[in-house]
Amino acid sequence: MLNSKYWSSMADGKVVKRAKYKTSVKVPGVPGVLKLTKERFYFMPNDPTLTTKLNVEFKLIKGHKSSKECSSKQALLNLTQAQGGNYLFEFDSFPDRDQCRDFVASAIAACGEIGKATSEKPAVPHDEQLSATEMGRRIKLLQENSELQNLHRELVIAGILSETEFWAARKKLLEQSENKKPKQRVALKNDMWSVKPLSDGQTNRVTFNLTPEVIHQIFAEKPAVRQAYLKFVPGKMSEKEFWTKYSRAEYLHSTKNIVAAAAEAAEDEELAVFLKQDDMLVSEARRKIRRVDPTLDMEADEGDDYMHLPDHGLPQGETKEILEPQYEPFKRSFSQYLNQHAAVVLQGRVIDVELGDTRSVAEAFTRTNQAEQATEVSDENAYRERVKKVSRVAEIEDLQGPRDPPVALLSIKDPRDYFDSQQANAIKALGDAETGIRQLKFRVSKEEAFCSLKDSISEINSQGLIEPIISPEVALKVFNLLSQNISSTKYHLGKNPHESVLDQLPSATKNELLLHWTSIQELLKHFWSSYPITTKYFYAKVTRLKDAMSQIYPKLQEIKESVQSDVRHQVSLLVQPMLQALDAAFAHYDADLQKRSARSGERPNGFV
Amino acid sequence: MTPVSSKLYADDVSLLMVLVDTNPYFWSSMKNTAFTFPKFISHVLAFLNSILLLNQMNQVVVIATGYNSCDYVFDSSTSSMQRAECLLEKLEDFVDKDESLSQEDSVDGVGFSLLSGALSMALCYIQRVFRSGPLHPQPRILCLHGSPDGPGQYVAVMNSIFSAQRSMVPIDSCVIGSQHSAFLQQASYITGGVYLKPQVSDGLFQYLSTVFATDLHSRSFLQLPRPVGVDFRASCFCHKNTIDMGFICSVCLSIFCKHHKKCSTCGSNFGEARKQDPSASDQRRTSYGS
Repeated sequence: MLNSKYWSSMADGKVVKRAKYKTSVKVPGVPGVLKLTKERFYFMPNDPTLTTKLNVEFKLIKGHKSSKECSSKQALLNLTQAQGGNYLFEFDSFPDRDQCRDFVASAIAACGEIGKATSEKPAVPHDEQLSATEMGRRIKLLQENSELQNLHRELVIAGILSETEFWAARKKLLEQSENKKPKQRVALKNDMWSVKPLSDGQTNRVTFNLTPEVIHQIFAEKPAVRQAYLKFVPGKMSEKEFWTKYSRAEYLHSTKNIVAAAAEAAEDEELAVFLKQDDMLVSEARRKIRRVDPTLDMEADEGDDYMHLPDHGLPQGETKEILEPQYEPFKRSFSQYLNQHAAVVLQGRVIDVELGDTRSVAEAFTRTNQAEQATEVSDENAYRERVKKVSRVAEIEDLQGPRDPPVALLSIKDPRDYFDSQQANAIKALGDAETGIRQLKFRVSKEEAFCSLKDSISEINSQGLIEPIISPEVALKVFNLLSQNISSTKYHLGKNPHESVLDQLPSATKNELLLHWTSIQELLKHFWSSYPITTKYFYAKVTRLKDAMSQIYPKLQEIKESVQSDVRHQVSLLVQPMLQALDAAFAHYDADLQKRSARSGERPNGFV
Repeated sequence: MTPVSSKLYADDVSLLMVLVDTNPYFWSSMKNTAFTFPKFISHVLAFLNSILLLNQMNQVVVIATGYNSCDYVFDSSTSSMQRAECLLEKLEDFVDKDESLSQEDSVDGVGFSLLSGALSMALCYIQRVFRSGPLHPQPRILCLHGSPDGPGQYVAVMNSIFSAQRSMVPIDSCVIGSQHSAFLQQASYITGGVYLKPQVSDGLFQYLSTVFATDLHSRSFLQLPRPVGVDFRASCFCHKNTIDMGFICSVCLSIFCKHHKKCSTCGSNFGEARKQDPSASDQRRTSYGS
């Protein structure tokens, strides 16, 4: 073969390369020239007598694959056809292949785009065919949101807005409702697999049900069982034997006869593995305790202590009897089991293996465990950090030097400034700013002031209280003044921000007003977004919206008239901004209409 | 004092702390008006006695707010004092003591009475009652105040007000002077009390008994005078202009309309960074009263 050279550059829109056309990877293939243009590719065999000429449009090519670049392999390019089938080319070198591959990729992409562009929607949106899921989402949203439902009924079903227009403004809402349901990953089962032996009552046979799910759980919770499985199966015993033995151990546990369990374990070495305490769990627990934040304040957690509740409300699983030390390893506490189960469930699924194959499940667990331990060992920094933290928290205060920076004391030069800043306005609001000036003219000496006060006190002491304390006329006057004052402020509306004017209206009126307000907002949103009117479609839409809006005026008037006279003023105050917003829209509509007619009218004038 | 917890308290039992303004300069200035100190005391004593008669477990404590000091002059829970008239004797002693503490010979205007001190004393007393046990009378503070506000007491008074707000003690205020009191207006507004400035000073007793006599529980059923709304907009420390946006010293909360290099109130140096980036500065709305 000749050394490859670029016969033509990609800039010209075509690439020509020497290549062999092959029907499969193993056959030698037909040598020839591959020519790529933007629309199609050609293959001409060197031997003109052969019939393996190709002339294929890129439109028909769905994708391309290429072999990995390494010296031992062939430089292959595989173009897959949309209808199935493929074209396989072998190039002289990898750079050649890569150039062709890049060209093909861009050509396929370009073809795809053109195809899309032609099928693209026209600029004016029309009711597209909706997928069933899209429709379902919309219906669901409407069902969940009654306000939206009202609006939809009023605007879409009445034909003022099209379905698409209505939802176009609410794309976000639709997306949200979709995002609410993330793909759910099934967690581990929360219930503990406790051995509930099914005994038929007549024979001594006890049946256990083990599903792949249960085995998964057992492996996750009991590393010793997992290890034993990897060790024994299938070399020493079959899988069935293994689980039978395990079930036997579980059964012995469930009988709570520790002495019997110890006796059986002494006879059967393998059974003992299941019956003794899980060494791996114990070592892991120790490891975990080492990782606990050394500054953890146990006293602070005392409030969460449930120890005073006997057995946490669980059945008395632990035997209270005193055991001989040789039986100690066979004791198993229910709370240990419960904690281990909780830890596993919280951790979730850590392995990603098909559950059916017991061995691979066990191996996967072992792998993840090893990986975990490896990372922990290498985590020397974390350990040092913990040590540092201990020394920092547990420091002895007396031995510490003075802390800096020292706190700067707040020194306020003149608190009067604060007073002036705040109170001036408050006094102004009460409307007696002028009295302050008068006060300054008054001046008495200390003796005079104190003497007169003491005289007054002794005067009362000697003469008793002034009788009568208050004259009936003054009392009546005060009383009237007070009640007038109170009743006038009581009906002063809007002073209390917690009381809404809406709450005083009858609920029917209130709802009607709110509905109108939302529908006006919706209509106005569509109205203003249609400007400037560039297409006939917008023109039609604006006209439609204008008609709908003009129908609201009489409705609002109707509401105003329907309410009682005492709240009519409030209602008209509420309606006012709605009318203003509508008026503004109409003013714009008229102005725009005039401009348009003037523009269209200009032309004939210009010709004159 | 009888141990408070031994009594049976219903929700309509009140502990009324009354702060009586005994600023001699203020009362001297009132001498030539129709409303003199003897008249005032007559009205107040009648009111206090009627409070004690309303409920036999009601408790009244009177604190005299003097010019230089303040002190308890009456406590109905002490066995020797059953009628409010007993306070007169103590009041005389108090005025003597207050005079002896006086430094200056005369005062411009009517001076200021020690409202901050009296409020603090009342709150301390209430705190003691709160801690006496789970059952205690419902406390409230009534300020009978005539002297103008003392700007120098601003920080102390505001602290008392916020402390009262925290312990849910309403501060009622009845202004007997010719001026409105911004302190008391704010105090009543913040603590949910009633602020009142009687228009007919002769009828003080009627005002007191109509507005301030009812216990806190019954208040929820009554229409009492409402605040007209307080203008909490602040003005800047530098020009006294009312502003909506301004600069606040992060140390002492002083308000300025322009950026300063140094806080004129507490002397803190402001960093240079805010100069380059005015949007990130401390500029914010200054009204923080409500």
